[in-house]
Amino acid sequence: MASDKIKELLVPSAVYIQLDAPDSKTVIETLASRLFEAGFVHASFAQAALDRESRMPTGLPLGGKYNAAIPHTDIEHVIKPGLALATLKNPVNFQNMIEPESSVPVQLVILMALEQAKTQVEMLQEIAGVLQDEIIIEKLIKAVEIPQIYEAFS
Amino acid sequence: MAQPKRILVACGTAIATSTVVAKSIEEEMKKRGIQVITRQCKASEVKGLEHGYDLIVTTTPLPKDLEVPVIQTLAFLTGIGKEDVLNQIQKALE
Repeated sequence: MASDKIKELLVPSAVYIQLDAPDSKTVIETLASRLFEAGFVHASFAQAALDRESRMPTGLPLGGKYNAAIPHTDIEHVIKPGLALATLKNPVNFQNMIEPESSVPVQLVILMALEQAKTQVEMLQEIAGVLQDEIIIEKLIKAVEIPQIYEAFS
Repeated sequence: MAQPKRILVACGTAIATSTVVAKSIEEEMKKRGIQVITRQCKASEVKGLEHGYDLIVTTTPLPKDLEVPVIQTLAFLTGIGKEDVLNQIQKALE
């Protein structure tokens, strides 16, 4: 599934391959600080995303080898829409969106800085499409250099 | 023509997950000849908004004491069990 919208919105400085992180908090903080440095979010975004993650988690069991998480938070912390992405060297646990008391070992994290959802429907649908596409997920996880992340969405 | 069915779609922030879910439900129900109107909300807003809706679809846990049928699912995000959930939704609206 080609996904030009995702490619357009990926912030190049906020794409990580095989990020070595001990826990979900570190992953969210790392990606959020890159979005902040690139001018996509306010300084408050990282903490807001962490708060939201602890109250309403975003871990998604995908039914295959790999699982994903899509942390995000309220629009007031966002300056302009952008996506940060990390594949993880070792899976870290996120809590399950639908069942917050259970955890999901996650190896793909897409941190979303979103404004009004209505303007981003297409992009959100493409992200859902990617999550449902085992081949793209596998390509992303196996990527060893950044261009391969972009290729996976082509 | 029958009145469109009204579905309240809940998630954590009402900006990402519920957008995908609402859009998918609208498209899929249209294919099945069922007209639906969706409204997105935060899980914390459901209590109080529920009246006037035929069904609630949510990706995140909701209070247990709601007076409208609730379907909790990640199928519109992950694709897992999507047909089943669509059948459940259709049945709940009939």
